[in-house]
Amino acid sequence: MRGAYLSGKDAVLEVSDLSTEFHTPDGVVHAVNGVSFALRSGEFLAVVGESGSGKSVTMMSMLKLIPMPPGKIVAGKVMFDHQDLLELETSQLRKVRGGEIGFIFQDPMTSLNPVLTIGRQITESLELHTDLSGDAVNDRAEELLTMVGLPDARARLKSYPHELSGGMRQRVMIAIALACSPKVIVADEPTTALDVTIQAQIIEIMKELRERLDTAVIWITHDLGVVAGLADRVIVMYGGKIVEEARVGDLYANPQHPYTRGLLGSIPRLDQKGQELSAIEGSPASIRAIPTSCSFAPRCDYAHDRCHTEVPVLREVGAEHMAACWWDIDGERPRL
Amino acid sequence: MTTEVSETADQKPKASSSSDQAEVLVSVKNLTKHFPIRKGVFRREVGAVKAVEGVSFDIHKGETLGLVGESGSGKSTTGRVLLQLDHATAGSATFEGQELTTMSERELRKLRPRMQMIFQDPHSSLNPRMTVSSIVGEPLKEHADLDAAGRQKRVEELLTLVGLQPAHANRYPHEFSGGQRQRIGVARAIAMNPDFVVCDEPIAALDVSIQAQVVNLLEKLQEELDLTYLFISHDLSMVRHIADRVAVMYLGHFVELAAVDELYDNPLHPYTQALNSAVPVPDPVIEATRKRIILEGDIPSPANPPSGCPFNTRCPQVEDRCREVNPEWREVTEGHWVACHVVEPKTQ
Repeated sequence: MRGAYLSGKDAVLEVSDLSTEFHTPDGVVHAVNGVSFALRSGEFLAVVGESGSGKSVTMMSMLKLIPMPPGKIVAGKVMFDHQDLLELETSQLRKVRGGEIGFIFQDPMTSLNPVLTIGRQITESLELHTDLSGDAVNDRAEELLTMVGLPDARARLKSYPHELSGGMRQRVMIAIALACSPKVIVADEPTTALDVTIQAQIIEIMKELRERLDTAVIWITHDLGVVAGLADRVIVMYGGKIVEEARVGDLYANPQHPYTRGLLGSIPRLDQKGQELSAIEGSPASIRAIPTSCSFAPRCDYAHDRCHTEVPVLREVGAEHMAACWWDIDGERPRL
Repeated sequence: MTTEVSETADQKPKASSSSDQAEVLVSVKNLTKHFPIRKGVFRREVGAVKAVEGVSFDIHKGETLGLVGESGSGKSTTGRVLLQLDHATAGSATFEGQELTTMSERELRKLRPRMQMIFQDPHSSLNPRMTVSSIVGEPLKEHADLDAAGRQKRVEELLTLVGLQPAHANRYPHEFSGGQRQRIGVARAIAMNPDFVVCDEPIAALDVSIQAQVVNLLEKLQEELDLTYLFISHDLSMVRHIADRVAVMYLGHFVELAAVDELYDNPLHPYTQALNSAVPVPDPVIEATRKRIILEGDIPSPANPPSGCPFNTRCPQVEDRCREVNPEWREVTEGHWVACHVVEPKTQ
């Protein structure tokens, strides 16, 4: 199933055949259906998809951060630091969460504790996961806030979240995620709730931090624009599966999956004024059942018989480029 | 209750605009909206959120005026005050020369069918207990002289027009996806054959692949029904795609207004320049070499705006006079308006 390069030697995190379901009163929702990917150390991996594509649930499942029940991880392995995270006890997992794997969430207002100062929320994580104590903790907290570009960091440690703007709160979230020098940071739509000028500030900070720190980043987003200038590799998800995976340049210049093409076509671009947008007709895939055919087939211009009867496998279509599609979009013929 | 509206399905009389001279449909002068801040037991007024501060602009018949700005810039309030959904604190707004701000409710009701709104969130703007047919049919019931059968026929027509199946008319909103719900909102807005539609962030709550569907629909309807749009959005790329002219708002003020290509290719106001450069382009090759203007800090609170130019706290080109005097809203070249001290009048 997986390409040879995925099991590369320097992978910090390796997910294989992960499947997650939610048991709701209306039936089972198959949110993630057999997702496999690897994250290399220091790499910036973007995970792109629309609502319901399973991008967030995949990342939350890795650290068992989904509510269980109704959620249930039915299969898969998540190898990190020579251990399977899905096998760990909660107490062991806690050491990994916020320690070696940091998180940044979409809405910094609801993910920060409103009754604790910013300083306390950073030092809490430092005290739990590092050997620092006393003044060293506060110094490190101040250093972190300076690093994410918060002016007057020492004074800010005493602020409460409501005293900060959305952009500043998101910087605090980044500082908390960075606190224990994690190997991996998972950022779930970190700029979606922000205005475009504030988003530009956060992107700039992430670019700077990438160059300074050796942390791998998984950046979940629905916006192909945001990650174009940030990512090394991009994974595109649809209907709980990975449909395409490629180096950033290849994905934008030569997308191999019709869904990726459709997504890129439906974005109007400031640098080229087009005529009608090439919208993808129909609605996102239903995840009410385990797919037995290509989930995108009902919306796809290239769908043929096989697409309606067989799930396409993710396979190599170019150098470090994988796609799950029965149609060879360049050769204009079905794949064998 | 006898508002007379002729057969709604008919084409409304079109103004013969043979000349290139654009006809002004909506005209706004010094429009201002303050929301009072009240405190204490007696709800005394202790201040005001200055949401819109004296904006002036025209909307021409048949065009799409894009209105962009960040959250809190007052763009939605401008749209709502324009349609008299909120009352203006000061200033004037006219529709075909008729003053709206002083109009009585009764007179306004007669105009309502001609000025409509499409809302941002298709989940909260449709009544969950009403069927699609009653949602879309409600304006017809209020304003049109149609019997039940006529209404049903018109509803089916409208649903087809927005790309929904007429057979689904008896379903409830929750049975539709976000994009389909937004189509229902569009059908309701165009039910009475309006001339002017305010689209308030109509695509912000939708998935990327669905946004393009709705924008294509709005463009199609504009052509077929001869609509005039005020398209409010924070998505600069989509506004560039759909608008003929674009206005940029910051902290309740218009800072720049120009034809779409002029605004994006030759932005004069430092805020427009920064906003433009902040929008990510979905192309790694361009992103790798692009220079961004990164603004410091955040948009100030409209309850406590800075003196002088509203942008002076974040402006990279700020001068002393910017902190004291609010720059005048002036036309620098034909059709290109800007409010900035630093922009020199161009001689062309």
